[in-house]
Amino acid sequence: MTPAVDEVLLRSLTPGVLGVLVRRGADFAAAEDAVQEALVEAVRSWPADPPRDPKGWLVTVAWRRFLDATRADTARRRREELVDEEPAPGPAPEVDDTLQLYFLCAHPSLSPSSAVALTLRAVGGLTTRQIAQAYLVPEATMAQRISRAKRSVSGVRFDRPGDVATVLRVLYLVFNEGYSGDVDLVAEAIRLTRQLAAVIDHPEVAGLLALMLLHSARRAARTAPDGSLVPLAEQDRSRWDTAAIAEGVEILQTALARDRLGEFQAQAAIAALHADARSAEETDWVQIVEWYDELVRLTGSPVARLNRAVAVGEADGPRAGLAALAALDDSLPRYTAVAAYLHERDGDLVTAVRRYVEAAQLATDAAERDHLTRQAARLNARRSG
Amino acid sequence: MAKYLLLKHYRGAPAASNDVPMDRWTPEEISAHVQYMQDFAARLEGSGEFVDGQALAPGGMWVRYDGEGRPPVTDGPFAETKDLIAGWMVIDVDSEQRAIELAGELSAAPGAGGEPIHEWLEVRPFLTAPPTVPE
Repeated sequence: MTPAVDEVLLRSLTPGVLGVLVRRGADFAAAEDAVQEALVEAVRSWPADPPRDPKGWLVTVAWRRFLDATRADTARRRREELVDEEPAPGPAPEVDDTLQLYFLCAHPSLSPSSAVALTLRAVGGLTTRQIAQAYLVPEATMAQRISRAKRSVSGVRFDRPGDVATVLRVLYLVFNEGYSGDVDLVAEAIRLTRQLAAVIDHPEVAGLLALMLLHSARRAARTAPDGSLVPLAEQDRSRWDTAAIAEGVEILQTALARDRLGEFQAQAAIAALHADARSAEETDWVQIVEWYDELVRLTGSPVARLNRAVAVGEADGPRAGLAALAALDDSLPRYTAVAAYLHERDGDLVTAVRRYVEAAQLATDAAERDHLTRQAARLNARRSG
Repeated sequence: MAKYLLLKHYRGAPAASNDVPMDRWTPEEISAHVQYMQDFAARLEGSGEFVDGQALAPGGMWVRYDGEGRPPVTDGPFAETKDLIAGWMVIDVDSEQRAIELAGELSAAPGAGGEPIHEWLEVRPFLTAPPTVPE
């Protein structure tokens, strides 16, 4: 049997190959199509005939595909003249090609879902079908989303650095949303962030990578065999991935030492404090509250304030948590769930049940809805039992 | 093959036989119910009859056009709305009989006391594309 192609390795070459084509003068949209075709060709032919220089092979095949497509398009005569010449090496890049692709695919003119799709395809090397599957939409819908996104960024200059914050938001979205179909988007987000961290030295990139590692380390313990959510306090901590935690903590410490704090570093610090506790009881809630204070200061985010109220409830008791909660807007997502939890901790089971039932109706995902309904059922059983 | 929509309601359906609100079940009964639904979907995937299943949040609103250049009008959510859809499963089956058989099975998901709920599910056939041969 011929060995299958290492698709992750193959896909890791995508941005470099695409960068070469764009530097040679290919327009982004056509180059991206050509690279996709070359990837498909690689999956087909490499098992029988592995190339000595995989990236060189992909560049050659993709460039040929690009020329074929361009020649076929008679309306684009000018480019045909351009590409008939032996390609001159592009100008020496001032910014790494891979980094430029991240900027382009997260361009502020794109909607978040378009930026996510384009990043997964042009930087991640995923097929449209894989991306469609991950977001539960028909392949034709995803194909349209990607080609519209490519048109939107077609006029963007490739040689100017963009804003790294927009890239981080896109990678965070990939990490946080999407379903596990053929491709594990959590692993893919980590891979893409790791690749980004290799080409740009930025504490928030490191912060996001640390955050992802620390959260994904707990993933196996977050879900019971029946698919239900296991809250942090009840998780079997022996199932946490200690290697990922150690790596996340180390990356975070190096980033924090540079004294340029940002929201992802602060969130990662909170995740690290949870990861550091051998049991829920040993959690350093006082320090977690301090980090939430930092996070609120950095972002002003109402969600950070809500999470802070939970931490205050653990550090200073449920009454203090409820007091912190009272200062917030009760239409915030998960406000009611937090209120239910704090009332339960405070011993007011009647209010807690009522709030859990309300929270279940407000839940935005089925696992959370079921979890909250179970909480209400558990308290009802305790009251009548 | 024909597609059918199996609609599950939060409320508005005729009362189920085992009609206890979910927050009055034990946590284990809730788990058993969820597991039954998942197993059912997995089995239909295995038989090649599953198309899609989605759960809906109970919230939402009504929206209508309000004229050129004006933002759409929204209203609700209406707590008193009689009919409230909870989610659906789309199946692709050979006959209406099979659709009814599967809906019956889905309605037998266990509830309080581990007994089947006998909840009412709405079964709606999909309109299809016109036939190529119009006879």
